Amino acid sequence: MINVQNLSKTYNGTTVLKIDSLTIPKGQSFGLVGNNGAGKTTFFSLILDLIQPSTGHIINNDVQVNTSENWKPFTASFLDESFLIGYLTPEEYFYFIGDLRGQNKADVDALLTKHEEFFNGEILKNKKYLRDLSKGNQKKVGIIATLIGNPEVVILDEPFANLDPTTVIRLKKIIKELAENPDVTVLVSSHDLLHTVEVCDRIVALNKGEVVKDIQTSAETLQELETFFAV
Amino acid sequence: MLFCNNYLHLSTHTKSNDTIMIRKFLYLEWKAFTRSASFGTNLAVKILVGFLAVYFTLVFLAIGIGAFYILKELKLDPIVTINKFMIYYLLVDLIIRLLLQKIPVMNIRPLLVLPIKKPIIVHFSLGKTVLSFFNFVHAFFFLPFSIVLIYNGYDVLSVILWHTAMVSLIYINNFVNILLSNKDNLLAVFIGIVATLGGLQYYGFFDITSYTSPFFDALFNTYWAFAIPEIGLIGLYYVTFHYFKSNLYLDAGLSSKHDIAKTEDLTWLNQFGTIGTFLKNDIKLIKRNKRSKTTVGMSVMFLFYGLLFFTNGIEAYNNPTMHIFAGIFVSGGFLITFGQFVPSWDSAYYQLMMTQNIPYKGYLSSKWWLMVIATIVTTIIASFYLYFGWQVYMTIVVGAIYNIGVNSHLVLLGGAFTKTPIDLDSGKGAFGDKKAFNIKTMLISIPQLALPVLVYWIGAKLANANVGLALIALLGIIGFAFKNKAFSMIEKIYKTEKYATIASYKQKS
Repeated sequence: MINVQNLSKTYNGTTVLKIDSLTIPKGQSFGLVGNNGAGKTTFFSLILDLIQPSTGHIINNDVQVNTSENWKPFTASFLDESFLIGYLTPEEYFYFIGDLRGQNKADVDALLTKHEEFFNGEILKNKKYLRDLSKGNQKKVGIIATLIGNPEVVILDEPFANLDPTTVIRLKKIIKELAENPDVTVLVSSHDLLHTVEVCDRIVALNKGEVVKDIQTSAETLQELETFFAV
Repeated sequence: MLFCNNYLHLSTHTKSNDTIMIRKFLYLEWKAFTRSASFGTNLAVKILVGFLAVYFTLVFLAIGIGAFYILKELKLDPIVTINKFMIYYLLVDLIIRLLLQKIPVMNIRPLLVLPIKKPIIVHFSLGKTVLSFFNFVHAFFFLPFSIVLIYNGYDVLSVILWHTAMVSLIYINNFVNILLSNKDNLLAVFIGIVATLGGLQYYGFFDITSYTSPFFDALFNTYWAFAIPEIGLIGLYYVTFHYFKSNLYLDAGLSSKHDIAKTEDLTWLNQFGTIGTFLKNDIKLIKRNKRSKTTVGMSVMFLFYGLLFFTNGIEAYNNPTMHIFAGIFVSGGFLITFGQFVPSWDSAYYQLMMTQNIPYKGYLSSKWWLMVIATIVTTIIASFYLYFGWQVYMTIVVGAIYNIGVNSHLVLLGGAFTKTPIDLDSGKGAFGDKKAFNIKTMLISIPQLALPVLVYWIGAKLANANVGLALIALLGIIGFAFKNKAFSMIEKIYKTEKYATIASYKQKS
């Protein structure tokens, strides 16, 4: 589904990301782990064509992302709160995204009902604009919005950060459900090795912009990763 | 004795601690000033801004010096006349402050948990407002005016006492603004008061100045009256200090207000397809953010700007060529103030927009329709200019046609190069962001005003005024015909500027 060739990103002579070759097959749930500054967000920003690669390219479902925009209809993402429109209520935001993804109000409502539990009664009909919600609640809105319109690629940057324990468990359930769908490719980045191992089929560890581990998840994976990061 | 020593030691200790604190604060302020985003711009812009600052300083100085002689020329007693209208001067100053002068409460938050005594924090924050531009700008008027008074043989002591009283009154406004900030609708109330008083005075029903000028005259004519504003100022500082100190909590004075949100469907816009989706969003954007509301307020002021031109109020303005200017401004207020910041209005969530399946055309069209609708509405409201005759209203209508046909494209084009993130919550900056200053944008804005004036001038020279007007309207219609062409050009610029725009929107000031 996603194919990376000779990709690198350099700022003022410092290479922050360098991936020679990486293929993420359709239907995989792909976990990206690494310390701060390892290049996780840079990688996702490159997939979403928010920054330009210094060399190489990324192909998302036969579309080269920095030359065509045809990847947009089937790709959904939530990187940070700059993906939210602060002056809208959560409902308005969901309908707005729905409009852009060709979903009518009823489709969006159905999705929201399905995830009512995830919202924990703090999001919908709460008379608050997104800008006035807490960080965790903002994140809940952003994550659910990526599910609108049945995207084939879902990209979530640090989805577990800032969430309360109950929501983390519920989110893991949602990601696992997505991962079970053979048509949906999920990309998740995290600092939390345990959560990532739990929801992903494959884990790639980045360090200073380079792939240092690429493992299919098994019973030993967590142990292996912990040993690697315990420097 | 021992106790006494101990006490002395303690007090000197806190004393030196306080000065260290103040010095640290000043250091932080200096850093905040030199590292603010407006300083990051390039040298050419800095020089230009410097020139503008010098220019305005000179203009104010000229007014300060000239006021005396102009009033003399008009056979009016300068000091009496100034005192007569002082009440309006102060009220308008308060309105401008309410609109623009912000109290920097947010900067206080990180200080609360540090070992600093609360009174110091409050004194410092209030002291900072004393140094505000909004206070100093008045010195450019009062200082030269007072000096000219002395130079012309007015009693030196009287002038000095009057001057101190004026300074106190300006500072009283400063603290009143602090106390009134974060109160809703006060601005409208004050504008209403000034408009009513002004109207009543103009039509001779009620003259507020006859009640207030004895007070201002007393400031000059007696040696004791100046103490009234002085004492008032000290009292007001005391009140403000205590108000602030008792509200120095995150959930009191330092809390950010949360609006009660109401979901609006605006389903009637669904019939417009993609454009409708964006229009819905834009309407909410304008309604729910401070910055955009200020912009709409500004464009209403533009609507009345024409009065300066058509009423003979300023003689130099009252000629046909200048009227074209007015015609463009009257109908184009919203277009100019809102349009120049497309796409910056969406800067806070630009990354979202760039990852969604968004056709640029739909996005641009929505902004374009918004400007067109606003221009048409303003033109209809501006029909009160018919009072000045058909010719005047025709000028405005022609200006509107030019605005819709040509300027709407030009502002969108200019906006594509404006990479200033907009802080929607801040009411500041509606008078033109220094940061948004950009050579390309400036070049693009020249034809917005200069071209119609030039075309009119040629038309009027070769034939007559009506031909001039017709030519401008024709330009507008031609521009309208090339709408699709213009849009695909703007679209291309948006695409090439995409990464640079995303990067600069990420840098919040």
